[in-house]
Amino acid sequence: MSKQRVFISGDEAVAEGVRLARPHVISAYPITPQTIVVERLSEMVEDGSLDAKYIHVESEHSAMSAAMGVSSVGARAFTATSSQGLLYMAEGVHYASGGRMPIVMMNANRSVALPWSIYGDHRDSISMLDSGWIQVYVEDAQESLDMIIQAYRIAEDPSVLTPIMVNLDGFVLTHTYEIVDIPLQSEVDSFLPAFQTPNKMSLEKPKSMGFSTSPADNMEFKYQQHKAMIDAKDIISSVDKEFEDTFGRSYGGLVDSYLCNDADIVLVSVGSVTGTARIAVDNLRLKGIKAGLLKIRFLRPFPDVEIRNILKNVNAIAVLDKDISFGYEGTVFTNVNSALSHLQKRPLAVNYIGGLGGRDISVGDIEDIFNELIKIADAEEVGEFSRVRYINMGVEIDD
Amino acid sequence: MLKPELQNYKIPKHISDYPTGPSYKAGHLVSKNAGWRTFKPVVNLDACTGCYQCYLVCPDGAISKTTNNKIQFDYDFCKGCGICAHECRFGAIEMVKEESSK
Repeated sequence: MSKQRVFISGDEAVAEGVRLARPHVISAYPITPQTIVVERLSEMVEDGSLDAKYIHVESEHSAMSAAMGVSSVGARAFTATSSQGLLYMAEGVHYASGGRMPIVMMNANRSVALPWSIYGDHRDSISMLDSGWIQVYVEDAQESLDMIIQAYRIAEDPSVLTPIMVNLDGFVLTHTYEIVDIPLQSEVDSFLPAFQTPNKMSLEKPKSMGFSTSPADNMEFKYQQHKAMIDAKDIISSVDKEFEDTFGRSYGGLVDSYLCNDADIVLVSVGSVTGTARIAVDNLRLKGIKAGLLKIRFLRPFPDVEIRNILKNVNAIAVLDKDISFGYEGTVFTNVNSALSHLQKRPLAVNYIGGLGGRDISVGDIEDIFNELIKIADAEEVGEFSRVRYINMGVEIDD
Repeated sequence: MLKPELQNYKIPKHISDYPTGPSYKAGHLVSKNAGWRTFKPVVNLDACTGCYQCYLVCPDGAISKTTNNKIQFDYDFCKGCGICAHECRFGAIEMVKEESSK
């Protein structure tokens, strides 16, 4: 297929990325708003443009189980899910990372019941933050396609051998159409060679896969997983650079910062809301306000060093979470604060909870956050301002 | 006895002594495993017809064929479940309490 520009949705961009990555098997169960990904992939398998087996499993638990079987014989596996499906898959999600199976999974970020909702937030994937998977959050359809290709390179690196979850905001990204460059298959083939793994099981080399351990050995395997995830940081950066050399697009690796060099106040964002926040930052810059934006791309491994380096000279930051850990604060905020705790002089930090269950976050909402940050920076204390605040509530609350 | 030979278990000293993830080549046997057996199967070779029904049902692969077409038990791995004795149609296998058999 020749290089082309197409007008497709985020879900379709994922499917195109998967086709270019040439997985041997796709095992998936459809769920809104991921459905279009697996619809397109099943069509590609049917029309022969993707030489893979498509297993229409009976559940997400089976989808992950089948993907593990695929990975254990040294083949490339893809699956995709969302929300309730991810939670139904949960046992297998931990199992795959513990088994060091470099599966790539797209997750369409969607609210978790109850109340039942098909609309987007990050509470599904963030509830799986400790499952041992690398987690990347993308901003647009092009990044979706590109990250599927990069994900296999990162996951299959011999020093990583860890599965990756590529997260797209439900509807905002999955169902929004954009112009996307489709790379050449030949270029993707040289960037992403065939999967090789020391853990391959075959008739010639039978293996005992996924054995149990006594307390005498279990911690060592958990340490290995942790070490592999830490080592993945360098691989993520080098894969991003190599991707830029081949395809001309770079995403900054673990984080992407926008106008942070001289910034007094910075918004920390995850996922598609970053696009909206870029416009808010531009508007504030036109008014002479030194606003910046830090997009955290990978929540695991967590880019603590990068965050410290970017925020060390900033007066005040706001972390915008599309999740809430009930009884405390947004989980991204907790992680950012932990990273900043190493600094002698820390920026003042506040947390905004927004976008739950698909609630819109507008340019104006983000400008409001920045205006509050200006006041906090001027006051040199969080003081009367809430440390954790829900934005865009439809009713009055007694905070 | 058709089973992998017991390997000498080297206690790991460094994290690199572990495999990457809990997988290893098949048949890597490092210890016997019969410690919780309270009854052990004993075959009466005169009654044994060599039908190998016991061999088929043994969940642990601890029964094998002898050169004279009878059966033998691998007491290093037999857990003493008694399925062989229960299934034997010729009453050729008796479960004997461990203490009394010593």
